[in-house]
Amino acid sequence: MRTATHAQYTLPRLEHGLELSNDQLAIRDMVREFAVEEVAPLAHEIDENHRFPVETWKRIVELGLPGIPFPEHLGGSDQGTLAYCLAVEEISKVCGSTGLTLAAHVSLGTYPIFAWGGDKLRNAYVPKLIAGEYMGAYGLTEPGAGSDSGGTRTTAVLDGDSYVLNGRKCFCTNANHAGTVIITAVTDKSLGPKGISAFVVPRGIAGYHLEKGEKKLGMRGSDWASLVFEDARIPRDHLLGPEGEGFKTFMKTLEGGRISIGALGLGIAEGAYECALKYAQEREAFGKKLSDQQAVGFKLANMAMECEIGKHLVYHAARLKDAGKSYGKEASMAKLYTSELAMRCTYEAIQIYGGYGYSREYPVERMWRDAKLCTIGEGTSEVQRMIIARSVIGRK
Amino acid sequence: MKIVACIKRVPATETQAKIAANGKGLEPAGVEYMLSFYDEIAVEEAIRTKERVGSGEVIVLTLGPAEARKELVECLAKGADRAILLVDPAWSSRDSLSTAKLLAAKIGELAPDLVFTGRVATDTDSAAVGPMLATLLGRGCVTDVVKLTIEGGGKLKAERESEAGIEMYELALPALITCQKGLNEPRYAGLKGIMAAKKKPVEEVAVQDVPNQIAVETAQLPPARKEGRIVGTGAAAVPALLEALRKEAQVV
Ligand SMILES: Cc1cc2nc3c(=O)[nH]c(=O)nc-3n(C[C@H](O)[C@H](O)[C@H](O)COP(=O)(O)OP(=O)(O)OC[C@H]3O[C@@H](n4cnc5c(N)ncnc54)[C@H](O)[C@@H]3O)c2cc1C
Repeated sequence: MRTATHAQYTLPRLEHGLELSNDQLAIRDMVREFAVEEVAPLAHEIDENHRFPVETWKRIVELGLPGIPFPEHLGGSDQGTLAYCLAVEEISKVCGSTGLTLAAHVSLGTYPIFAWGGDKLRNAYVPKLIAGEYMGAYGLTEPGAGSDSGGTRTTAVLDGDSYVLNGRKCFCTNANHAGTVIITAVTDKSLGPKGISAFVVPRGIAGYHLEKGEKKLGMRGSDWASLVFEDARIPRDHLLGPEGEGFKTFMKTLEGGRISIGALGLGIAEGAYECALKYAQEREAFGKKLSDQQAVGFKLANMAMECEIGKHLVYHAARLKDAGKSYGKEASMAKLYTSELAMRCTYEAIQIYGGYGYSREYPVERMWRDAKLCTIGEGTSEVQRMIIARSVIGRK
Repeated sequence: MKIVACIKRVPATETQAKIAANGKGLEPAGVEYMLSFYDEIAVEEAIRTKERVGSGEVIVLTLGPAEARKELVECLAKGADRAILLVDPAWSSRDSLSTAKLLAAKIGELAPDLVFTGRVATDTDSAAVGPMLATLLGRGCVTDVVKLTIEGGGKLKAERESEAGIEMYELALPALITCQKGLNEPRYAGLKGIMAAKKKPVEEVAVQDVPNQIAVETAQLPPARKEGRIVGTGAAAVPALLEALRKEAQVV
């Protein structure tokens, strides 16, 4: 007969299971300090004025943040996707716009050239992007092709030693400060998405100009613009990856980018939660602290728990990428969950602040406006659900 | 120039202090630690001094638990060259003089030109170890320094702020300086620094025990602040306010 005593398990010690390594902690703490001391004080002003803070970008470069996931021989520090996500998360806690600036520069503006550029393009541009000589941007979206990016209309026609570009891209983050923009264009219309190729477009070439971006709901401290190509010629060797694989390249880029947008959403959610927690512990109503009112305490409990879930999803996707495993589904899950989490947390934070939350004097209404980008950029929530569904249901 | 910066691992400023069960200090469970605020200024000044002089070595030194390696590595990431950890199992109950003696023994061996410490550690708030160290080492010492210049010929100029105003000192190397807020703006490590720190040596040294001469009898949290009271509004309330400030609060 079995005895009634519980079995004794010896659990394996969590080394780096869910814990962060010392290097990751050092990077997180350093960025946290920087974010609190130098990014947070500008968050309100850059939002009010729709201003891209060049001074903050310079500091981000000095601290080496754009190089976190890239190898040392290109000027990076080879610390992987997770460390890079920690940086985006910490910055986004205090300023979503600045988090987006970094995420777009690294994941969209630099990574594709690093991954698919071949030695020539990689050595020509990646070190400069990492060293912050200029920014990187990425133009996939067109006025008539967003979620359905297979419907790209911009064309690239090979003419001697160059490709001739015609068309228009919109909503392109960091474009005004970009030294390179990576774009997609149709090289063979008859092949559908398989006829789309990717290109690196350097700044200052004839036939390429920018048009000022519209004013935005949130993320106002992040820069954007439209790109216009009218017979713009780029050297033939600025084709990024093989001809006809541009669509694939971009989809792969977005998979990685989604992890960092996951970190962005997570950061905004945590920022709102931290503000709400602090406020609820100070403000009194009906003779006690708001946090001691059960209805408010439960909101805070949910926010804390869901932020923890978001963390696990984002860090897990980042670790899969760092381990060289497939991570597309997990990246979409992390991005989808934290985007919607950012909306919930900022919404509840405003509720906890009451009228003060609605006022521009307090940061939570800005966080709410910033959060909305997360459910749209780099694939809307609907698109993420399509990807996850395809992955779990299986596709023929 | 050979420079030593002494640093201390202290409970993070956001720590919600609880008294330990023995009633003699802080309950260590759940406490996060950090580099003491003024020591960060000391490390920064040590690095800047080396940069200004153009050559030399910055050694960071601490007496603490094995975990204090984290704070030392942080200093290495900011630019110090190497670190020494005097591993002390009794670190949390150590008094100022025994701390100073243990540090002085190591600094004596290292024989640096200049020693920097923070003005005060943010946990014990004693401001004693710096001056004690200088005394044990027989060095000139200026405390609470807000400006430091290295002159030629082994001379320093130091300014300190006191209640009376700014005092200016000239002193000769070897010397010890305790650092006050305002002396500099400490830098962030940056990714390059964090990577470089991994290759820099951290030497762990077991310490000989030196007895404490004072011990904490009991520790108590400060009494809870009394609730504020509004005595009235507008000019009419001024007499009542003055009365309350004189009689109840006894501050005017
Ligand atoms: C602040 C900001 C920064 C941006 N930065 C960049 C950038 O740097 N580079 C870049 O290329 N783009 C950028 N974008 C563009 C962004 O990626 C697109 O807006 C997004 O992909 C959606 O495309 P769309 O706007 O054309 O919307 P649409 O594709 O027209 O979608 C409209 C709505 O329909 C839904 N929908 C569409 N198709 C389906 C379907 N099959 N099933 C269910 N629902 C569907 C969508 O989910 C959405 O809700 C940015 C956008 C913003 C707001």
